Amino acid sequence: MAGAASALFLLDIKGRVLVWRDYRGDVSATQAERFFTKLIEKEGDPQSQDPVVYDNGVTYMFIQHSNVYLMTATRQNCNAASLLFFLHRVVDVFKHYFEELEEESLRDNFVVVYELLDEIMDFGYPQYTEAKILSEFIKTDAYRMEVTQRPPMAVTNAVSWRSEGINYKKNEVFLDVVESVNILVNSNGQIIRSDVVGALKMRTYLSGMPECKLGLNDRVLLEAQGRATKGKAIDLEDIKFHQCVRLARFENDRTISFIPPDGSFDLMTYRLSTQVKPLIWVEAQVEKHSRSRVEIMVKARSQFKERSTATNVEIAVPVPADASSPNVRTSMGSAAYAPESDALMWKIRSFPGGKEYMLRAEFTLPSITDEEATPERKAPIRVKFEIPYFTVSGIQVRYLKIIEKSGYQALPWVRYITMAGEYELRLI
Amino acid sequence: MSGHDSKYFSTTKKGEIPELKEELNSQYKDKRKDAVKKVIAAMTVGKDVSSLFTDVVNCMQTENLELKKLVYLYLINYAKSQPDLAILAVNTFVKDSQDPNPLIRALAVRTMGCIRVDKITEYLCDPLQRCLKDDDPYVRKTAAICVAKLYDINAELVEDRGFLESLKDLISDNNPMVVANAVAALAEIQENSTRPIFEITSHTLSKLLTALNECTEWGQVFILDALSRYKAADAREAENIVERVTPRLQHANCAVVLSAVKMILQQMELITSTDVVRNLCKKMAPPLVTLLSAEPEIQYVALRNINLIVQRRPTILAHEIKVFFCKYNDPIYVKMEKLEIMIKLASDRNIDQVLLEFKEYATEVDVDFVRKAVRAIGRCAIKLERAAERCISVLLELIKIKVNYVVQEAIIVIKDIFRRYPNTYESIIATLCESLDTLDEPEAKASMIWIIGEYAERIDNADELLESFLESFPEEPPQVQLQLLTATVKLFLKKPTEGPQQMIQVVLNNATVETDNPDLRDRAYIYWRLLSTDPEAAKDVVLAEKPVISDDSNQLDPSLLDELLANIATLSSVYHKPPDTFVTRVKPATQRTEDDEYPDGNETGYAESPANAADGGASPPTSSSSVPYGAARQPAPAPAAPAPVAPVPDLLGDLIGLDNNAIVPADQHATSSGPPLPILLPASTGQGLQISAQLARQDGQIFYSLQFENNSQITLDGFMIQFNKNSFGLAAAGSLQVPPLAPGASRRTLLPMVLFQNMSAGPPSSLLQVAVKNNQQPVWYFNDKILLHVFFTDDGRMERTSFLETWRSLPDSNEVLKEFPGIMVSSAEATLDRLAATNMFFIAKRKHANQDVFYFSAKIPRGIPFLIELTTVIGNPGVKCAIKTPNPEMAPLFFEAIETLLKA
Repeated sequence: MAGAASALFLLDIKGRVLVWRDYRGDVSATQAERFFTKLIEKEGDPQSQDPVVYDNGVTYMFIQHSNVYLMTATRQNCNAASLLFFLHRVVDVFKHYFEELEEESLRDNFVVVYELLDEIMDFGYPQYTEAKILSEFIKTDAYRMEVTQRPPMAVTNAVSWRSEGINYKKNEVFLDVVESVNILVNSNGQIIRSDVVGALKMRTYLSGMPECKLGLNDRVLLEAQGRATKGKAIDLEDIKFHQCVRLARFENDRTISFIPPDGSFDLMTYRLSTQVKPLIWVEAQVEKHSRSRVEIMVKARSQFKERSTATNVEIAVPVPADASSPNVRTSMGSAAYAPESDALMWKIRSFPGGKEYMLRAEFTLPSITDEEATPERKAPIRVKFEIPYFTVSGIQVRYLKIIEKSGYQALPWVRYITMAGEYELRLI
Repeated sequence: MSGHDSKYFSTTKKGEIPELKEELNSQYKDKRKDAVKKVIAAMTVGKDVSSLFTDVVNCMQTENLELKKLVYLYLINYAKSQPDLAILAVNTFVKDSQDPNPLIRALAVRTMGCIRVDKITEYLCDPLQRCLKDDDPYVRKTAAICVAKLYDINAELVEDRGFLESLKDLISDNNPMVVANAVAALAEIQENSTRPIFEITSHTLSKLLTALNECTEWGQVFILDALSRYKAADAREAENIVERVTPRLQHANCAVVLSAVKMILQQMELITSTDVVRNLCKKMAPPLVTLLSAEPEIQYVALRNINLIVQRRPTILAHEIKVFFCKYNDPIYVKMEKLEIMIKLASDRNIDQVLLEFKEYATEVDVDFVRKAVRAIGRCAIKLERAAERCISVLLELIKIKVNYVVQEAIIVIKDIFRRYPNTYESIIATLCESLDTLDEPEAKASMIWIIGEYAERIDNADELLESFLESFPEEPPQVQLQLLTATVKLFLKKPTEGPQQMIQVVLNNATVETDNPDLRDRAYIYWRLLSTDPEAAKDVVLAEKPVISDDSNQLDPSLLDELLANIATLSSVYHKPPDTFVTRVKPATQRTEDDEYPDGNETGYAESPANAADGGASPPTSSSSVPYGAARQPAPAPAAPAPVAPVPDLLGDLIGLDNNAIVPADQHATSSGPPLPILLPASTGQGLQISAQLARQDGQIFYSLQFENNSQITLDGFMIQFNKNSFGLAAAGSLQVPPLAPGASRRTLLPMVLFQNMSAGPPSSLLQVAVKNNQQPVWYFNDKILLHVFFTDDGRMERTSFLETWRSLPDSNEVLKEFPGIMVSSAEATLDRLAATNMFFIAKRKHANQDVFYFSAKIPRGIPFLIELTTVIGNPGVKCAIKTPNPEMAPLFFEAIETLLKA
């Protein structure tokens, strides 16, 4: 079961090696490059290619980020989940260092890139990917000082994500509760999937080694404590924690306790699969007139309380690929035809609860069509929006206690926001 | 924090190397550092800067950590090509490994371990010993991994110097990161050793479970992966372990989650309490579902694993089918996998919703996905009897859209549905016939023709329909020709009127005289003879009732599934193949010593020699869903030959019996003596019937040597045997001659075999699936392994010169190498004799240092040669086998065979 990567490659968009690190000496750069360029040529679109590919004794796994491919090669039965996830972490590390990970930034920083590749992986085993701590001892030119005298304690500590001796004048914590609503409605108007993925995003500016404890209106916890729940408690279905949270403790008594990393991170994510009423409902009617023009009528309705308002609403209505000469009218917001995505983009900056808006559009169609044409790709209507100060789940942060031995007072700020995730209605 | 390193790439004028040389020897520190950066930049873009070795190494002694790292990097890259100069660096390495700065100490051992030069390795031991006991955990964690590196280069050295013991001590280290790396190193060493090195006792178990709470996310993966090998003593211990692992399901790192799932599933096998199991299943579902919100690549790995998990524990996700519905923007590889799982989770309860989804997918743009969706509908129909009708009506709706490939795919699956539910849905045939002329794919055509032939009596104009195909008979692909032949015969037998009579003449003529396809000709002759000898018998044979096919969606063999589940999260679980089919450990090229000219004359390369790079592994795992292992335990809905002709052994036997006397009378060899055969169907599974069998070669013929033992209480008779499609198209050449077996009786028989009958597609596999039936018991299925050496033909001898020529003419990519560390050749003569007996012909022998190198040739049918090189030290364990062949995909099978031969 043991297994590790043989090498890690950073390749450009054409599959040529930009920088690579050989960890085991059993896969060569030429071999990998030959394989990968062939793959790209053959498939044209590597997006459609399985991310795990076997070729001539070697398994390659890759991901893409802007104009760079990150790829590992291995000859063993290594942990695929771990290596692919590691590649995503490597992207995060590079982004932390160079702001953007792209061909140019790799070239501009190849010395640091090599140093990082040496530190994050050893003999093909992922070692350490906390960008913030790495940057304490692997520095780019601009920040380079004299020789670092030792690796930060954090690298090997049980608390591997935070260094000691951090100091802020003003100790503050920002906690954003962000919920994404995923919904899939089929052509009969039935909701066939609906779930909410929430994340508690934290930004901490705290001195020393603060012990934090977070209290939520978690039904299991409240019931265990024998408190009246009064319908306010919620059931969190699947919770995932940042590695700083003590999982065993949570398992025991549902306490969320942790020493946070410095700066921003996702403290936890959760998922609820309870059916929710679609916050914004969209209906569309399409009428094709004698192959020459098509009329589309769209109705959008907000189905949340009037005191909330959705902002930056964007409704993408698919139109036939061969449509032209749009003529659009809306009762609110503006609509523009986006031929590159075969859609009509209807934007409404502010959409209060309990309202209904309309859009009418007309397109002309060519009078002749290709007999052999494959059927039109049936894209769903897709909706984007944000609703501030509102959560679908009703999650509430009851408290965030911060205790540090120096005894400072820290201010926690909490915000709530709901937004559309994969919000698709196959109604057209 | 952007850098400006790109300027180092831009010095590409002539005379670069001398210029760099000068700068590297500059007296100014900054200039030297810039020069090293330029060297590394040149190395990065693939220029050979190895000639600057001495100059770069001179910059190694520096206080500047950045510069030091660059020089080290250079060393890792070029030490192999300059082994003699690399020794220059040793002093600095040794010194650095005692530097007060732990970063430098760690850097020194880490880098030394990466330099695969023997001379350096010797000097690595002392620093490594020190660093394993270093005060600083950062150094210790690096040293732990370094032991694994050293083991990879020189395993003996590691054992002699007691590094394994030091490594084991690190498991009790107080630092979690050190523990995790020690576990990773030990697990890897164990993997490559036959001796027990890393045994997890209950004591280490509890230590590692404690470390789990404290180490980094990657360390947690190492520990969980290593611990999943642990076998708990009893249900109670298993429950305890599971209890300590379940919190990991809440980890944000999905690799931690999957490894935790693996470990829980392993332990669950031991847990007897159904409550506990149910509870665990409930706990695992949400994290598995959440994996589907991860990045698409991770989703892909998760889906391949979920596919396995639901085969073993269908209840876990029974209510979650909706999360597998495809999203518009899912990459195609995610959609394909989701579809597979939807079929597995489809049930009477959710089928309506699922069908609605499939219908939606069938109108997407990606053709492969659409086809798969249409097939999925068919598979659901076959799986769920009560939903079959609804599935069919969806298929008919799709056919009405008249999109060419949808129609064809629908017809293919409808044919399977007919085989699953005979005489139930024939009313739709009329609708199918409407699309007849749009069919242009062989499989669809063949399916349609099969339907017409099978139901000829219900289709009024069946003869007209078939006749329309006959005109183009010679141009049709073999698959369609075979079906046309069979369908016409069926038509004739069902409607023996004038029209069909003429048709059959035309077809038989076309299929015997006009064709050069032996399969087609053989089948046509069989029909011809049958029809002319005894039309009634022909009816019995051709129109016999076909076995009903069944659902193949839970297709993996249970023992394979076990193995794959033990490998969750790894590549094995992604490929759905056991690790040894794709793991190729090649020794990275250490320096080659001397004249390795004969017979591979390739240059000594730096990174690897092409010989080593060649694939020693197996069939490339096609990571799509067409898993060869799943192929069939049932007579699958064989699309190619659903006609009953080929697979019925009696018929084939009789026919050959008419021609010549190739049938070996069973009694001739039917003695109960001879070497024992491996038991393939133990009496415990076979309701008292035990079957042992093995392929054997005798007098230039291939036989299946079988032994039947009746341990049941009743007399068994009417034995029949059938082989599933396999890579070599092995099939019975005669009928199975076993007399009725009284309770307690046993019988041994030789069944003559033929090759290239019913070949399975895909990469070659040694799997041979056998079905045996008798009149008293259900059909027994068992798996056997095809050992390639039974195919070695007696004309495989090659002349020395032609051997050399063939070796040279084959590209290096056709060379495959495998080592058998456990095998010892104690006497050359005996081994040569034994190999010669199996038609592996000795060609030449030479001495190379203390090793003996032997060359052999062998040939398998269809003239595929194997050129073999065996390297070993007589009397010492370890045999290296290199082969060259035009069909390198056969290599894994060959190695299996040679391993058996050498071990014998």
